[in-house]
Amino acid sequence: MLELDQVSKVYRVGAFGARELTAVREVSFSVRPGEVLSLIGESGSGKTTIGRMVLRLTPVTRGRITFDGVDVSGISGRRLREYYRSVQGVFQDPFSSYNPIFKADRVLHMVRRSFLSGLSSAEWRRKLDQALDAVRLDPGQVLDKYPHQLSGGQLQRMLVARALLLDTRLLVADEIISMLDASTRIDVLNLLAGLKERGLGVLFITHDLSLGNYISDRTVILRKGAVVEMGATAKVFANPTHPYTKRLLASVPQLHHKWEKAPAAAPQADGAGRCVYHELRKAGSCESDVEQVALAEVDDDHLVGCARLGS
Amino acid sequence: MTDLDPDVRAPGAIAAEATAPASTTAPAAPSPAAASPRRRMGEALYFALRNRKVVGGLTVVLAFAVLGLVAPLLSDHGPNEYVGPAAAPPSGEYWLGTTTFGQDVFLQFAHGIRSTFVAGVLGGGIAALVGMSIGFVAGYRGGLVDEALNMLTNVVLVLPALAVLILLHSYIGIDTVVEQSVFIGLFSWPWVARAIRAQTFSLRSREFVDLARLSGLRSSTIIRREIAPNMSSYLVMTFILLFGGAVLFAATLDFIGLGPTESVSLGLMMNNAVHWSALHLGLWWWFVPPGLAITAIVGSLYLMNVGLDEVFNPKLREM
Amino acid sequence: MGLTVDNLRVYYRTIRGDVKALDGATFQVADGEIMGLAGESGCGKSTLGKSLVRMDSRMRLVGGTVELGGQVLPVGDDQAMNKFRFTQVSIIPQYAMSALNPTRKIGKLVADLLAAKGLDYRSVRPELERRLDLVGLARDVLDRYPIELSGGMKQRMVMLLSTLLNPTLLVADEVTSALDVSTQRAVAQTLAEFRDRGFVTSMIVVTHDISLVYQIADTITVMYAGKLVEKAPADVLVHSPQHPYTQLLISSLPEVGVQYADRQLAGIPGRPPQLLDPPQGCRFRDRCPFASEQCVDEPPFVEVAPGHFAACWKVG
Repeated sequence: MLELDQVSKVYRVGAFGARELTAVREVSFSVRPGEVLSLIGESGSGKTTIGRMVLRLTPVTRGRITFDGVDVSGISGRRLREYYRSVQGVFQDPFSSYNPIFKADRVLHMVRRSFLSGLSSAEWRRKLDQALDAVRLDPGQVLDKYPHQLSGGQLQRMLVARALLLDTRLLVADEIISMLDASTRIDVLNLLAGLKERGLGVLFITHDLSLGNYISDRTVILRKGAVVEMGATAKVFANPTHPYTKRLLASVPQLHHKWEKAPAAAPQADGAGRCVYHELRKAGSCESDVEQVALAEVDDDHLVGCARLGS
Repeated sequence: MTDLDPDVRAPGAIAAEATAPASTTAPAAPSPAAASPRRRMGEALYFALRNRKVVGGLTVVLAFAVLGLVAPLLSDHGPNEYVGPAAAPPSGEYWLGTTTFGQDVFLQFAHGIRSTFVAGVLGGGIAALVGMSIGFVAGYRGGLVDEALNMLTNVVLVLPALAVLILLHSYIGIDTVVEQSVFIGLFSWPWVARAIRAQTFSLRSREFVDLARLSGLRSSTIIRREIAPNMSSYLVMTFILLFGGAVLFAATLDFIGLGPTESVSLGLMMNNAVHWSALHLGLWWWFVPPGLAITAIVGSLYLMNVGLDEVFNPKLREM
Repeated sequence: MGLTVDNLRVYYRTIRGDVKALDGATFQVADGEIMGLAGESGCGKSTLGKSLVRMDSRMRLVGGTVELGGQVLPVGDDQAMNKFRFTQVSIIPQYAMSALNPTRKIGKLVADLLAAKGLDYRSVRPELERRLDLVGLARDVLDRYPIELSGGMKQRMVMLLSTLLNPTLLVADEVTSALDVSTQRAVAQTLAEFRDRGFVTSMIVVTHDISLVYQIADTITVMYAGKLVEKAPADVLVHSPQHPYTQLLISSLPEVGVQYADRQLAGIPGRPPQLLDPPQGCRFRDRCPFASEQCVDEPPFVEVAPGHFAACWKVG
């Protein structure tokens, strides 16, 4: 359904744009219908930039993004609006996503005005109730209220409802629960997982591995803009092959065991361990192929990149 | 918005007032001090009417405005007609005395205030319109458009307004208050454009703008309906400053003889007074009232602005 | 010895009345103990942490006492607390790493701080450099500006600053929330190391992330709507919590290894009460699956097992 092919994003920085900053390096992956794909990375990994490029909020520097086979990397105007009928986004900060001086349900009415103007009032009302029901919100409690009168969880759910109004097929969820409290997070997550059954695909962007593991079918691990490991979630988490993935997993605080009392001040040099990528390739080495962004197959639906990638 | 919730758990950014554009975060539980826009407007009005600076400034400005409004009703003859004894001090009949030619100073004063206000509203209004349009577009679009508009702003900023005005005066002549106002308006907007551009930049990166884009809205619609309303308090204060600035600019131009000569204005009165040796002759009633009036009007406007700043920005209020 | 807090109540003044942000906290932190203070937003944990060191202008001490090392801390009196700050009690405030003055070099910041306490920068410098080495910061960081440091580095610098004068009690307010996973681990372990090396005697780590604080804390206290609901040794609280809120909270945390397809986790429906006018009795009553008529009376925070306190009628 959604496919990224060697997508890169390069910013010009410095005085007079003399220097270049590569935020995303030749990233390729795909999202199938009804599948949740997690983009996991720390800050600076480029995951938000990728999300914004998919949503066409940021232009693509190189590479192609195709949706249902159609190249959407450069569209604008009416074709862009058509694209938005199928692809929508929800962002991190629920209180920043709503214009504070207007009522919260305005975001729903905006969608009606832009895309569903042909509907009669009754039809609109029905669609609205359906969407709110799918996200388990009570219309009486959330309509006609201002954003500050609702909780973060309710606001995020309303944004998902907004996407459902449009028969969205791909939802880009950028850290949507990181600003919510622990007790409401899981409800919103469960909601997303439940929407999978409707055939909704989700691009789930997060820095939290536990969340990615909980909800996604496939996972892409990003470091400094490049994909270092990707594949079926179960495989990536059970058998982490890239040193970065291993380090991330080791740093995640778990409730069933404590960290070893290792001195955290000295992170291990990545080049010191094995490089599974080069072992599989049986050619080249980490030093000679340092700029290469490519993946080798560890297993069916489990790919890994060079150990030095993104360091 | 988050003044009262101490347990904000937010990665990085610092929480801010709802009126201040910044990358904000907010608590998961609503806070009692945040209010709906209507209540905020009502609250703003409540505080505004109790703020001494606002009320004081507004009273002075309104008093002058009323005077200017009723000016033509004060008598049936024009302000420049010779009606009374020459150079007479203020009396029961001529409240501000007469000029060296026997013109009624008070009548001139009242009419002068009228044209001063016209210059202020029109000049300020034009500057506001131009400055805000350029500021919004530059701030929202960024990139090349922003660069081009910046260049335009800088050019207008460094153009010597006085030199251009003198040229215009010689070739075309500035005869009416309207023409003068247009000129003032076209030279006063650069700082407005810069300020609005900066605010728009920061508002633009807020997620509700992204959401508006995802709803298929056009840029002009987004500026009009999402960004500008969020800056309404700022826009109000900008207009007040422009109004005051235009009044001052007009008075200055009139005073040095570059203003319209047909109608009466406060600056022109002072110009005439100096020209006809009112200072030496001790005809204080001719030049002091206009000068005081300009100072009072412009000063009150600025005072109102300071007061409004306190109203819109609760942190400045002494609580 | 150690910290003893007795029925501490701190309210926030607002136009509409007092927000009862912290309504009766009673607990103890022993010397050498790291206590995690966990809860969701609005529960009062930050208020509690801040009130032990510096109350800002909106906070008002309504009642209760705080004792540190047998000495009463005048927490309600800002001036009087001055001589205790940094030397006896210290805080790493939330957002501290964003609050470093961007126009001053780090070294100058330290010198300013020491001068304010009447100490000479040069005499403290050798110890400062030793500690920089300890946390893994290069010594030249003193000559750099805050903008040149990464988030993790700034956070460690702020931690150093707060503990430079070896306070007895350190309050760390959300020190890891803005950091990446790998830096979080480094910072959390540094905190523990400060205690191990005796730079601080005891610590209160305020956080919303129970999994993280579990890694370094000896005991964990959970708060809800301005009240303490449970306090127990870390292992006990995480593996056999007694209070319903704690139980529901812990079971809603996703773990690596648990997938939605295998086991669906559940959250807690509803929202915490408004603290402007809190409800009678147990504040968790409305959302609690075990609530009964008894809960209209407020349950006391009592010891239900050795070292294990809970505020619930259904426990113990």
